[in-house]
Amino acid sequence: MAVEYNGGVVMAADSRTTTGAYIANRVADKLTPIHEKIYVCRSGSAADTQFIAENVKYWLDMHGVTLGELPLVKTASSLIQRLCYYNKNNFMAGMICAGWDPVDGGQVFSVPIGGVRVRQPFAVGGSGSTYIYGYCDANYHENMTLDECLEFVQNAVALAMARDGSSGGVIRTTVINEHGVERNMIPGNALPRFSEY
Amino acid sequence: MSAGFDFDNLIRNTLLERSGYQMPGALKTGTTIVGIVYNGGVVLGADTRATEGPIVADKNCEKIHYITDNIYCCGAGTAADTEMTTALISSQLELHRLATGRQPRVITALTMLKKLLFKYQGHISAALILGGVDHTGAHLYNIFPHGSTQKLPFVTMGSGSLAAMAVFEAGYKKDLSKEEAITLVTNAINAGIYNDLGSGSNVDVTVLTKDGTEVMRNHVVQEKLYVPPAYHFERGTTAVLNEEVTPLTRAVAMDVDH
Repeated sequence: MAVEYNGGVVMAADSRTTTGAYIANRVADKLTPIHEKIYVCRSGSAADTQFIAENVKYWLDMHGVTLGELPLVKTASSLIQRLCYYNKNNFMAGMICAGWDPVDGGQVFSVPIGGVRVRQPFAVGGSGSTYIYGYCDANYHENMTLDECLEFVQNAVALAMARDGSSGGVIRTTVINEHGVERNMIPGNALPRFSEY
Repeated sequence: MSAGFDFDNLIRNTLLERSGYQMPGALKTGTTIVGIVYNGGVVLGADTRATEGPIVADKNCEKIHYITDNIYCCGAGTAADTEMTTALISSQLELHRLATGRQPRVITALTMLKKLLFKYQGHISAALILGGVDHTGAHLYNIFPHGSTQKLPFVTMGSGSLAAMAVFEAGYKKDLSKEEAITLVTNAINAGIYNDLGSGSNVDVTVLTKDGTEVMRNHVVQEKLYVPPAYHFERGTTAVLNEEVTPLTRAVAMDVDH
């Protein structure tokens, strides 16, 4: 998931990759950098999302160098959309592109399966997202501070991990703002806890 | 000739199958392969059984493939696919090494492999463990047939991967010594050999460090419970009834004009 706050964006993801019922990687990093201050959350087929992210990273790099400036988050998300929409029959990829640029500040763009691109104040995706729509709708409000935002995403992802078998492991977070990028990790035994039932 | 795979034989095979013909199976490696990063580099391990359905087609096949002097790759899945894929990338990397004048990097091998496998959308059944040491350090990667990759400190693949992973999860710690790493790898492969029917025979180990590579083919050898007899027969075992000798000096035609 990714959330805009006053000053930037906060992104969070679980760390479980599965092949059927086996956990192929319990410490996966689903928050992938595609530029210095633009990251994507990847869900769906690992091969497809890695392919998309790496190609868009390459194009954005070229674009940034030609432009001589930091590329815009809307450009990055548009490139992702281009790949996802025009190859919709061959891809199973749900991506959330979020980051910070000097023109529009922090932005979150959702590019789910099918290739629609929509800017949202916050976006959730992946198999576990269905379990936390209620929590997110109830607890999100505008103009959250960074700490409120971090608590929001950590709680949301922890709740999703508790209910979804395909989600688990650790919570990885990324904070992007004009000052830079900060990455963190909450191990599985230090997750926020709720009802024990 | 059209690009990509040619599925004409599929029609023929379906007809043959319907008329009762017994199809031969694809030679799968039904495997246990593992890799681990230790304090001096990378250790790769593999079993040596290749299966064709329920039959063991090769009791001592090599599953740890040479990519470059400093990069090796274990392969699970269809034997032909792992063999050809690793050989192709090995060839490409040698040309790359000559063109750039530098020791190849593990990440380069990774990118070449994942691009190929993704292009074929999983039809190339190659699940690989890529390990090596270059000037940026020791690296270990998992590559799945559809083209996704993971970078991890320890990995297992193949039908015996669950048995091997259990051993790794229990025994892995950071900064293992070379002896500890080899012991752990051997135990993990053994777990696959004893508990997975698709894995068996001997244990191959390869140790990669910045100072070079040590290939330990058949590091652990299976105890030989059955030794096949010698196939030598004395002259006269089969009675000779008649002998006729024809000199062949004039029978070979030369196709070169002098």
